[in-house]
Amino acid sequence: MIRFEHVTKTYKTNVGLDDVSVHIKKGDFVFLVGPSGAGKSTFIKLILKEINADKGSILVDAQEVTRLSNREIPQYRRKLGTVFQDFRLLPKKTVFENVAFAMEVVHKTPRQIRKQVPQILSLVGISDKAHKYPEELSAGEQQRVAIARAIVNNPTVLIADEPTGNLDPDTAWEIMDLLEQINLRGTTIVMVTHAKDIVDRMKKRVIAIEAGRVVRDEQGAYGFEQAAPVRKEETARKEETARKEETAVQPEAGKEENDAAKSDV
Amino acid sequence: MLRSLTYNIKQGFTQIFRNRGMSLASIFSITAMLLILGLFFVIMVNVNMFTEAVKQDYDQIEVFLKDDTSQEEIMNIMSRMKTCDGVTEVEYRTKDEALEIMKQRWGESGYLLDTLGNNPLPSSILITVDSLDNAGKVAEYAGSFENVEDIQYYQETVEKLTDITNFLQIAALIIMGFLVVVSVVVVSNTVKLTVFARAKEIRIMKYIGATNWFIRGPFLAEGILIGMLASIVATGLIALIYGKIVELIGAQVLAIVSCPLISVSYLTTNMVIIFLALGMSIGAWGSIVSMRRFLDT
Repeated sequence: MIRFEHVTKTYKTNVGLDDVSVHIKKGDFVFLVGPSGAGKSTFIKLILKEINADKGSILVDAQEVTRLSNREIPQYRRKLGTVFQDFRLLPKKTVFENVAFAMEVVHKTPRQIRKQVPQILSLVGISDKAHKYPEELSAGEQQRVAIARAIVNNPTVLIADEPTGNLDPDTAWEIMDLLEQINLRGTTIVMVTHAKDIVDRMKKRVIAIEAGRVVRDEQGAYGFEQAAPVRKEETARKEETARKEETAVQPEAGKEENDAAKSDV
Repeated sequence: MLRSLTYNIKQGFTQIFRNRGMSLASIFSITAMLLILGLFFVIMVNVNMFTEAVKQDYDQIEVFLKDDTSQEEIMNIMSRMKTCDGVTEVEYRTKDEALEIMKQRWGESGYLLDTLGNNPLPSSILITVDSLDNAGKVAEYAGSFENVEDIQYYQETVEKLTDITNFLQIAALIIMGFLVVVSVVVVSNTVKLTVFARAKEIRIMKYIGATNWFIRGPFLAEGILIGMLASIVATGLIALIYGKIVELIGAQVLAIVSCPLISVSYLTTNMVIIFLALGMSIGAWGSIVSMRRFLDT
């Protein structure tokens, strides 16, 4: 399903990925773990083609991602469902509309949308919140909406970038149950996480990345010494973004712009 | 195709409503610039109408006849003139009529003319031409008759007037051109702010796999709708203000320059078309331009 062959990606000053080869089969549930700045995000961004690899080949669903043209990207991304730590819901749209939007993008008819959105919302357990706006929901509920949106078009792969990072442990487990359910329906899931307890208990395949290299790839546990609790994890993320800003040598005001430029690459 | 059209329009309306503040700001700035443009438009249209009216007044050639011209000869000249190219009307004016007209023109001082013993004014033939371009030719022909004393027409005066109004119109057009450029800059900045505020949204849409045109559609509809609303508001305001002006000074203007102001309904129907075209294209252009940087992949 996803095949990295000798993929290398270097940023201006530091290494993102260094000669990484990984094969993720259809229906797999894979955890991507490692310290902050190790290259997990680079891995995800390469799959989403948010950034381009310097070397190597990336096959997703038998499609060579590195050779996709800009025009082909939207079509390609529809095969992927994405869930992020910060949910990334459309703030000006209701829960229903957020999920419907993903269907509108692929030109589903209003009738199909009216039929399917409620089904998905009940699958993730937020039917009663359909007409609320994201800001009116709790973090866990927002993440459920994000998952509903990610799976409504039956993607072949679901990419989850620290989906439990902003959630309390109980809610995090609820989300994990949901993801496991989705995985059982046949969707390949790649999940980046720092949550040691989750990885340890799920007993799935774990790919550990450190300094841009795959240091371990096996069934089982988180493996790193220390499980980063939620708070620490957040400070780590802040450090990471701060460091990124430094390397980019951009004033604070230019941050938004800088980010936009990055995602546009 | 139809479905995506209705989809975009619906989305456009929703976006306007949910971003009320920004939408209002955009509508306000487009309205403001349309109002200024409308002011120039009103002036230009009226100046235009005035020149046309003046031209109408001066499309006559007056052929003065010698006092001893016989009735037959007058009839002869009149019928010959009627067959001339460009002549639409030929009318005889007696000495008495000429005096009466002069009295009227002098108004309150008209009684002064009563002291004249003998009517010194000649009788004349008034020839109306369809266009001033023919006036010269017609006048020349009229001059060939024996009993014609003098010929008067206003080609030069009218030409001068036309020159002046032409200049005024060109000046107004240039100023309006500048105004359009300025307002486009202002509006595109306003729209840019809206789009910038939604840069995050656009990025999310791209994650989901929306094509550029899919993202652009609702924004485009939004821009066009905002332009439409602004042009309707601007037209309404100008109709209101101009109606008031006509009501207040319309009668005086008619008395002074003997030419009425353009009617409100005529102005409004023409203006709403121009404003709609202008407002909608500014709105559309503004949203396309300001989205470009966020959609470049």
